[in-house]
Amino acid sequence: MASIDITGVKKIYAGGVTAIHNLDLAIPDGELVVLVGPSGCGKSTLLRMIAGLEAISEGTIAIDGTVVNAKEPAERDIAMVFQNYALYPHMTVRGNLEYGLKNRGTPRDEIDRRVNEAARILEIAPFLDRRPRQLSGGQRQRVAMGRAIVRQPKAFLFDEPLSNLDAKLRGQMRIEIKRLQRNLATTSVYVTHDQLEAMTLADRLVVMNAGRIEQVGAPLALYERPATLFVAGFIGSPPMNLIEIDYLRDKGALTLPEGTDLVGIRPDTIQLTQPEGPHLVMHATVELYEPIGGESHLHMRLEGSGQLIVAAVPARTAVTEGAKAVLYVSMSDLHPFNKETGRRTD
Amino acid sequence: MQAKRTVFPNKGLPYLLLVPQLAVTLIFFIWPALQAVKSSFEREDPFGFKTTFVWFENYRRLFIDPLYLSTVSKTAIFAVSVTALSMSLSLILAVAVNRVLRTNRLYTTLLVWPYAVAPVVVGILWWFMFNPTIGIAPYMLRAVGISWNHRVDGVDAMVLIIIAASWKQISYNFLFFVAGLQSVPQSLIEAAAIDGAGPFKRFWTIVFPLLAPTTFFLLIVNINYAMFDTFGIIDATTQGGPAQATNTLVYKVYTDGFIGLNIGSSSAQSVVLMIIVIALTAIQFRYVERRIQY
Repeated sequence: MASIDITGVKKIYAGGVTAIHNLDLAIPDGELVVLVGPSGCGKSTLLRMIAGLEAISEGTIAIDGTVVNAKEPAERDIAMVFQNYALYPHMTVRGNLEYGLKNRGTPRDEIDRRVNEAARILEIAPFLDRRPRQLSGGQRQRVAMGRAIVRQPKAFLFDEPLSNLDAKLRGQMRIEIKRLQRNLATTSVYVTHDQLEAMTLADRLVVMNAGRIEQVGAPLALYERPATLFVAGFIGSPPMNLIEIDYLRDKGALTLPEGTDLVGIRPDTIQLTQPEGPHLVMHATVELYEPIGGESHLHMRLEGSGQLIVAAVPARTAVTEGAKAVLYVSMSDLHPFNKETGRRTD
Repeated sequence: MQAKRTVFPNKGLPYLLLVPQLAVTLIFFIWPALQAVKSSFEREDPFGFKTTFVWFENYRRLFIDPLYLSTVSKTAIFAVSVTALSMSLSLILAVAVNRVLRTNRLYTTLLVWPYAVAPVVVGILWWFMFNPTIGIAPYMLRAVGISWNHRVDGVDAMVLIIIAASWKQISYNFLFFVAGLQSVPQSLIEAAAIDGAGPFKRFWTIVFPLLAPTTFFLLIVNINYAMFDTFGIIDATTQGGPAQATNTLVYKVYTDGFIGLNIGSSSAQSVVLMIIVIALTAIQFRYVERRIQY
């Protein structure tokens, strides 16, 4: 149980490439923080710096109030779940779970108690005497989690732990990780590039881009009020439509802040019936009707500018491809941005 | 791994394509081997006029000959020492090179050079360095109070051929160990580091067990090398002496057969060696594939 405080951290590689610029992040005790961003944004590097697998070029990382910059990974009392699980192939599942405890000189009966407890929680007791290669991907994933929880560390670090699983298993494991983290209340840092995983798991979401934090906040807060164009485009599927303000000037009485030149509209806020209150009216041609199940996506071309936009509408909306549509967006659903700064203007 | 079968339209063609290799094998390997088996049951009179079939007499004499039995133990000492020395040194070098990130190609290239040196040249090289009269090594050893003379001291001679034979084999082992080390996933080492294992513990509990297939393969190859492939080195340095101190099984086949002209005994010794090689190869084929732990 511990907080993690990252202060002014930089990572500069030997070649002079800066992977992380002056990053600050405070993770309180028991929180599950998800670092999300495109590949190469520095999220894994940051995680590895917390783990002690990468040197910190500048700044400090403190776990439980103690600066750990100079400490070996073993001394930081953290556990990590790797993308490829990193199970020791020559040891049984039990051997894998015990390894970290044995290295720390835990008494035998305590080791057995913890291993059996972890095996019970993760339902891997029947496989304890098998080797990793005899297990399925999902089972290996559980063993990797087991290896983390038997240690009862101050923090869990997850490095894209689900990306090697198929979609169905990934959904299941996601729920299990969340449940496990809730029950154990262990501070966790979870790295992923999958925004669905990020949204569903996070207590707090950290969106990273090019070695910098774009925005930190609760997943829904980020969805509802993205601070930058990058976050607006990264969080949400299908992504937010971004429309030039000049196109919208004659579509309704705009009351947007000074400096706004790009307006974001979430696909699910585009309506086909006229809403109450102030709104925009746009005309478009439906090019593609994409039924998803619970909802349908309409890919449309705006009249005038010819820009492609996407709307998410209820499943059985009666639209035909090639038909003209009238689109309504409430003024309160607009996200004003400035292209130059890439930031929100309100 | 199932290789794709190629189907030849003409049934005779595949056999025709195999003929050159089969011919070489038959003429240069199988036929001489059979000749050796045949003459191991025969005794030649001193002037080469008459050959008598003597059943297992050559073998019987061999295994009651104290000289031969001492050669067996000399060979065992030599093979075990060469294997242990060259494998441990090459493992240390491989681990060291594997830790160096930027220049490891350079080190690898340099460390492989000895393998390109012909065995006789290796022998001569070490013979010069350890030459009691003009060599640098005895000169330096004298400074620390050790008198080195492999011409009269059997232990010195054995040490010399062990050093020379190991030196040459280090390159070969090194290459396999480097490749083996590089195939150990980095994340396993990182996981072990987080699991509280220091560098030595990581090596012995994670890396070394994962190298087991490589180590086992090299063990067999090195024993084979030390027992059968070191003729050139011994011939160029000690020639089996002094007083048979460095006479290994292979070298004795040569001295008994070509110097002593006792073809029958020499052939019987060859057959014994052949059986050892076959046994080692069988072990290798049977276990090398199976021992892989992944």
